[in-house]
Amino acid sequence: MIRQHSYWQLFSAVCKKDLQLAFRQRAEIVNPLLFFLIVITLFPLAIGPEPGLLARIAPGIIWVAALLSTMLGLDKLFRDDYHDGSLEQLIASSYPLPLTVLAKVVAHWIITGLPLVLMTPLFALLLNLDTNALIATVLTLLLGTPLLSFIGAIGAGLTVGLQKGGILMSLLVLPLYIPVLIFATSAIETSTMSLDYSGQLAILGAMLVVAILSAPIAISSALKVSVS
Amino acid sequence: MWKWLHPYAKADRAYQLCNTLLPYFAVITVVCMIVGWVWGLAYAPADYQQKDSYRIIFIHVPSAILSMGAYSSMAIAAIVALVWQLRNAELAVIAIAPVGACVTAIALITGAAWGKPMWGAWWVWDARLTSELILLFLYLGVLSLYHAFEDKKAAGRAASILAIVGVINLPIIHFSVEWWNTLHQGASITKFNTNAIDPSMFWPLMLNIVAFAAFVGTVTLMRLKNEILQREKHRPWVRQLLNRG
Amino acid sequence: MQFDSFSDFIAMGGYGFYVWLSFGSCALILIGILLSSLNDTKRILSSVQQQVDREARIKQAKLEQQV
Repeated sequence: MIRQHSYWQLFSAVCKKDLQLAFRQRAEIVNPLLFFLIVITLFPLAIGPEPGLLARIAPGIIWVAALLSTMLGLDKLFRDDYHDGSLEQLIASSYPLPLTVLAKVVAHWIITGLPLVLMTPLFALLLNLDTNALIATVLTLLLGTPLLSFIGAIGAGLTVGLQKGGILMSLLVLPLYIPVLIFATSAIETSTMSLDYSGQLAILGAMLVVAILSAPIAISSALKVSVS
Repeated sequence: MWKWLHPYAKADRAYQLCNTLLPYFAVITVVCMIVGWVWGLAYAPADYQQKDSYRIIFIHVPSAILSMGAYSSMAIAAIVALVWQLRNAELAVIAIAPVGACVTAIALITGAAWGKPMWGAWWVWDARLTSELILLFLYLGVLSLYHAFEDKKAAGRAASILAIVGVINLPIIHFSVEWWNTLHQGASITKFNTNAIDPSMFWPLMLNIVAFAAFVGTVTLMRLKNEILQREKHRPWVRQLLNRG
Repeated sequence: MQFDSFSDFIAMGGYGFYVWLSFGSCALILIGILLSSLNDTKRILSSVQQQVDREARIKQAKLEQQV
């Protein structure tokens, strides 16, 4: 088969298509953000508005809320393509599937992860975080949310063919999120004590590199199983 | 070696192999478990620090070891299933998963029952207990993914992929939990000195580890036989089995 | 033997509840999975037997129709 387009063209085309679709129905971008905001509002209401207490548990709240809100978008990552048959076309095409998958995951991160990172200053305000912790939170979210997208996409790929895949997917994926959660919250916590947290960031970065290299392969084999 | 292994890719040969291995595993299980439990419960001396409560070690440690061992053998079977496209290996993944989940549950329950007299609480967020809990989640994930699929062929492959993803993540999870624990460790947790174990306690412990391993082997073989039968239902060799008795 | 009497053995130096709880639940789980595996074998074999019987009956009925 002759490949008419370069790999880069393929990557940007798939990415662009997903972004365009998301921007057309803006709810897809806004809803996870709203969910994130509401979850964060619930915590002070549940445990009391003491600023000191809030600042102490803020890293945990932000990260658990981030985990849950990325789960919302994951379900839709491959589902629409699966139902309209374009997923089958992507698998059958002569272009490497891991690359297509990589483009889709990147698009998913731009839709769900990036807005979260951009909105963090607002949440930091709500939870009484100081500037030091705010910078740490932004950095960990910047490294951590793409990781969540990559790991989550494996679960999404495995469950895309199932009728009620959503809840099952969260069962499969959430245990795998634990290392990200641990290192990210610890980085923020260390920063509130004005200590050096570059170690945690380095580990998150290393995990991200491993995920970028290996997750697309796992996702594409999962998709092949789901479609066949 | 490949020539020797090749026939076992066929279902009926694999079934026969399971049948011939099964009695050995069963005998080892029964003998080692009875001797190990009686020895551990009645004859091993009491620990000078923990008194008789330490006897839980004789099932806690074997089940913890086997929970990891069963997961790694499941992952090896999954890799074989995906790389060489062997259906029998997929069935082995599904045969091991429930056994591994049970052994992990035992490790958790005995850990809690040991923690209550030693640490004063049923559950403490100890690194090893926490990793064990996450391991249980991974087992349950593989099982529920398998049972969610209608098409059992796809189910086997999906479960294999998840098992491999899990085994890559497991060291990272374990490391991160251990690291998290050293950060947050409370003063109430006492570390046990496990390096120096007296021979009078070591041998019953070894015996129990062998017993648990043989038990996992026995039940896995039984479940593998079931899976093969279930898949080969309509083949003549299964029908011949009925006539034989 | 580490224990002087049977009641000592049950008491486990005051830790009886925890020791027997863990050994009991362990035995229960092990026996549980063993029985469920045995039960599965029985179920599968009987379903194969049913299928064989059904096919035999169909064959029989066809033969009778021909006669």
